[in-house]
Amino acid sequence: MKLDPLGTLALQFALLSLIAVGGANAVVPEMHRLAVDSQHWMGDREFADLFAISSAAPGPNVLIVALIGFKLAGVTGALVATLAMCGPSSILSFTVSRFWQHSQGAAWQDLVRKALAPMTIGLVIASGWVLGRAADNDWLGIAITAATAAALLSSKLNPLWLLGAAGLLALLGIS
Amino acid sequence: MGFLFVGLRGFGGVLPWARQMIIEERHWLTDEEFIELYSLCNLLPGPNIVNVSVALGARFQGLSGSIAAFTGLMTMPLVIVLSLGALYERYRSLPAIGPLLHNLSAAAAGLVLATGLKMARPHLRKPLSAAVALPAFIGVGLLHWPLIWVVLALVPASLLLHWRAGK
Repeated sequence: MKLDPLGTLALQFALLSLIAVGGANAVVPEMHRLAVDSQHWMGDREFADLFAISSAAPGPNVLIVALIGFKLAGVTGALVATLAMCGPSSILSFTVSRFWQHSQGAAWQDLVRKALAPMTIGLVIASGWVLGRAADNDWLGIAITAATAAALLSSKLNPLWLLGAAGLLALLGIS
Repeated sequence: MGFLFVGLRGFGGVLPWARQMIIEERHWLTDEEFIELYSLCNLLPGPNIVNVSVALGARFQGLSGSIAAFTGLMTMPLVIVLSLGALYERYRSLPAIGPLLHNLSAAAAGLVLATGLKMARPHLRKPLSAAVALPAFIGVGLLHWPLIWVVLALVPASLLLHWRAGK
């Protein structure tokens, strides 16, 4: 049986929700693979645009899923996508946070923490890479990505200033 | 609930605001309690800050607290981001919008890269971390493998490696 796009979206995001170790940023490549490569809901450029909107807007960055859902099926799509992405993981954290408090300081907690951290790091860098590949189709784009990354690495600037600077460049005709 | 305001103020990520409100303004948790709660929510899958709101809500009010915190956190940002999305659909063909979003998305990619590299800094001299982080990056970033297989393969492998190293 072939699911309609909204069903596919709900199912895939619910699955993503449970493997998104390290938060929404870690699953950007998977969202990209789903929305652009496998389902052809949008192009590379549009995906990068939607991600830019969700990171410039107030609120959790996970709202990129709402934009993908919105593109597919309007407000219903946005609600379905958001609930699918947040629901399963919320139920899990509701359950686990109660259990975790009962087993404070156990050795396995430390092991799990140490084992998951490097995987999350690899996945977040992969997300930056995939987003860069989608957004940067010229040297200027690559330069902006590199400069933003360098600025954030070497300072404690609020990221919003860096997004603002990139936007200002565009208004000055540099893009 | 205060999460309504956190959602609203959280430009480019909510965590710093959530921390400020939970600890400094409302005194819901101490610093240590917050770090413990946050690292737990980092381990769990799903959007971190959503997990924090659910776990915190559960601590105070049980299930209804969780639902209230989640709704409070998400409602306003959802409305705003959808309005922006609708504007985008409508005006994306305007000549000024393309270059603007092009620059913004290039910068947003840089922000994510830098976040990952910052997280990697304390791990630079740990071969074990590289042994797990590199395959994750190569598989998902370069080879575009489905995330689920990469996670299912790496989690047990990493647990085993770290367990043996710790013995």
